[in-house]
Amino acid sequence: MSLLVVLCCVAALLGTAVLGVAAARRPAGRPLVYGASLLLCLLVLAAALDRLLGGGATPALTLPLGLPWIGARFALDPLAAFFLVVVALGGAAASLYGLGYGRHEEAPQRVLPFFPAFLAAMTLVVAAADAFSFLLSWEFMSLASWALVMAHHHEAENRRAGFVYLVMASFGTLSLLLTFGLLAGPGGAYGFAEMRAAAAGGHDVVAALVLALALLGAGSKAGLVPLHVWLPLAHPAAPSHVSGLMSGVMTKVAIYGFLRIVLDLSGGATWWSGIVLLCLGSATAVIGILHALMESDLKRLLAYSTIENVGVIFAGLGLAFAFKADGLGLAAALALTAALFHALNHSLFKSLLFFGAGAVMTATGERDLERLGGLIHRLPVTAVVALAGCLAISALPPLNGFASEWLLFQAVLKSPDLAQWGLKILVPAVGGLLALAAALAAACFVKLYGVGFLGRPRSPAAAGAREVERWMLAAMLGLAALCLAAGLLPGLVIDGLAPVTHSLLGAAMPLQREVPWLSIVPIAESRSSYNGLLVFLFMAISGGLAALAVHRLASRALRRGPAWGCGFPDAVPAGQYSAASFAQPIRRVFGPLLFAAAERVEMPPPGSLAPARFELALTDRVWETLYAPLGRAVGFAADRLNGLQFLTIRRYLSLVFLALVTLLLVLALWS
Amino acid sequence: MISDLLVQGAQMALVLLLAPLLTGFVRKVKARLQRRRGPSLLQPYRDLLRLTRKEVVLAENASWLFRAVPYLIFAATWVAASLVPTFATGLVFSWSADLIAIIALLGTARFFLALAGMDVGTAFGGLGSSREVMIASLAEPAMLLIVFSLALLAGSTQLSTVATFMTEPGVGLRVTLGMALIALIMVAVAENGRIPIDNPATHLELTMVHEAMVLEYSGRHLAMLELAASLKLLLYLSLIACVFLPWGIATAGAGPLDALVGVAAWLAKLAAGGLLLALLETVTAKLRVFRVPEFLGAALMLGLLGTLLLFVSRSL
Repeated sequence: MSLLVVLCCVAALLGTAVLGVAAARRPAGRPLVYGASLLLCLLVLAAALDRLLGGGATPALTLPLGLPWIGARFALDPLAAFFLVVVALGGAAASLYGLGYGRHEEAPQRVLPFFPAFLAAMTLVVAAADAFSFLLSWEFMSLASWALVMAHHHEAENRRAGFVYLVMASFGTLSLLLTFGLLAGPGGAYGFAEMRAAAAGGHDVVAALVLALALLGAGSKAGLVPLHVWLPLAHPAAPSHVSGLMSGVMTKVAIYGFLRIVLDLSGGATWWSGIVLLCLGSATAVIGILHALMESDLKRLLAYSTIENVGVIFAGLGLAFAFKADGLGLAAALALTAALFHALNHSLFKSLLFFGAGAVMTATGERDLERLGGLIHRLPVTAVVALAGCLAISALPPLNGFASEWLLFQAVLKSPDLAQWGLKILVPAVGGLLALAAALAAACFVKLYGVGFLGRPRSPAAAGAREVERWMLAAMLGLAALCLAAGLLPGLVIDGLAPVTHSLLGAAMPLQREVPWLSIVPIAESRSSYNGLLVFLFMAISGGLAALAVHRLASRALRRGPAWGCGFPDAVPAGQYSAASFAQPIRRVFGPLLFAAAERVEMPPPGSLAPARFELALTDRVWETLYAPLGRAVGFAADRLNGLQFLTIRRYLSLVFLALVTLLLVLALWS
Repeated sequence: MISDLLVQGAQMALVLLLAPLLTGFVRKVKARLQRRRGPSLLQPYRDLLRLTRKEVVLAENASWLFRAVPYLIFAATWVAASLVPTFATGLVFSWSADLIAIIALLGTARFFLALAGMDVGTAFGGLGSSREVMIASLAEPAMLLIVFSLALLAGSTQLSTVATFMTEPGVGLRVTLGMALIALIMVAVAENGRIPIDNPATHLELTMVHEAMVLEYSGRHLAMLELAASLKLLLYLSLIACVFLPWGIATAGAGPLDALVGVAAWLAKLAAGGLLLALLETVTAKLRVFRVPEFLGAALMLGLLGTLLLFVSRSL
């Protein structure tokens, strides 16, 4: 039943996309498309929640689409249902936000048709149950999001982003195609059920190849370092609600694809795959957040922070793999729950923050932090929800980001139970790296909020900002409320995830609803516990009491005066700390290693009136060492092969003949 | 249940009341070590009272966040401090947050303080905030690795459990514990902004970290922040005491006499800790800001080494 509802909603979303083409230039087009998307997403959400929490297997459906002799199969198991919840929740929030944000879109005909199509594609990826429909929906998702990235194609930067994205997406799909080819085996099974059966007892080499290809295919979409280069270009280029969808939801669909292929289909939770994931994940987390710290473009900063969170999730998955390989079901369930919980949390607060960035852009027209400031006075509601988002993403209690990171740390603490020495030593180090990433994330979001929303306005646009409209605020408020709720009552989410871990690992965390006082106790025997609700209440009560007591018993007098500027009157706003100067201490610590950061200060000679100059050069070492040579090699090969275009007919004929002979030779040798 | 609640209430009141005294004590000892007479032990209380009675002078463009932050920081620090076992384990609300959550609560307080530093939009605030987050980004992983090594030993991140485990005779002297202790002291020095990382007494702009962030605060807001800073110092000393010197601490279900012994032992430990801190601050010079990463990097390495040693010693 749930599956049927979901597929009907997908059909309706595709219909909405067609409608979007027709009605894009009419004023009614925007509310129609976004309103319909919102309703359909809510329906999908209800169906997915029903499947996840209600239990009861839904039979798979085979639609007479696609390849004629097998049809397109769809199914909804707990894993798919959970990710469907993430997709539908993010989609609903983006649609609600789009109702208001779409008004400022200068080219609605480039957004409205693709937005519902993108949602439909992501839903289809999650619901697909055979390789063909999975790959088709995956490619559809890539293309729909590519079209949205290219919505503002007049800017050269966006065109470049679209190009890089397209290349990386095609490359990723190719890897996935090969993965499924490997999984299908000699029998050529298309369906996921057959693949699962065939993969049992498979060879180690095949499992390793599947892991590598899945990492290339799904990892590039999720933004794992070093496959992340397209992400900070493409995600910010799209309109903000789509950026939120791409960062918050599409990366989760990629993680779903990875989990589906590696954990479910190939059944390959081996200890070395755990090591690979742990190393990749923790490196991704630290490198991603350091990039974000160096960034002063609001949306690109958020995109880099997505890379960090994907790293955290992959580290959690790596832990789950390692525990599962060693037969520690409960610990594996804990790690997987932490990773999935973090995926859900990230989809909430990253959408929220991208929506906040969209609100800032709507209100000021600026994306550069160096030209913002003081928005807390001009955008009171946006400032509050953005603060909630910043707190959540910095993993601070009592919000949701902390709850999932706390679970992850609890899973890290189970590492002595692992059998392999490499893992035993690696896991605490990974824990330290994750803590470093979390602390750097807090620094990064102090920077974002402190430079963007606090202080004095750095440009006239920031000084004259006006609060955005109610649809956008409603979407942001809803997401902020969800962030708070998931942080205060993490036990509910953990219980909701139990069917997923049960179906994948055969074990689930102990039921949290039975713990008194709504605390969470992930491992019964260690009794480590955390209670977000109580911590929040204690803080509210003690802070409130302190404020009350001071105001009642002592002074409440207040006077406004100029800030202390060391005796210099009229300090200009440019004299405040900027995004670049805020990051300077951290750049000094990590920059030389990771970015080859070079600072150059030119001081005029004494007596000269010339201004002093400061130049900062950062290089992305991944781009320099991996992609730039690769690009040059491709260009070189293309130049050489270009000669083939201008041959005589005799040469072409001889080439064809040679190719034929080679082919026949190969065939003869093969058989 | 009633007695548990009493213990919890006594703990909350005690940490709040004693925090300024500890600060006054450290100042006094420092002054004596420098052959000054120093202010009275009660001076911090007088300062706090005077500050609360004064009017607040707020910068013209300070936002609501700037005014809310002192109370938020005070609340987060107080909640964190009341969850660390001081004179008795088995606090009734101790299960609402384990050691990781306590550290994270202090992280929340720091997040808000750094934001408050940026709120008015002066260069000093930003300077303090940017340095503070740099220090924190290195101190937090070090702290977490210390938590790991403790939790791997005691099997839990719950502080009461850790403290109870440490009182057991089987623990003995371990290299890991020694490393964790040194690392924890280094982190505590950094987190509390003491010499050699930061100087709580300085008002020389270029060297300030904590003081730069609170430069614009006055009156009752400043009082709240000063109290929170004292609470944080008390918290860290109590943390070191309850994990590494748990002797005398009253365990769950102990009678009132045990509790009194616990209080006396705790006070003695605090006094010893304050004395050592004052001594450390007198004999060391402040580090340059960009030497701080080396200092904290050493703490990080100690924490990691301690954890790894634990694995090695387990397998032997």
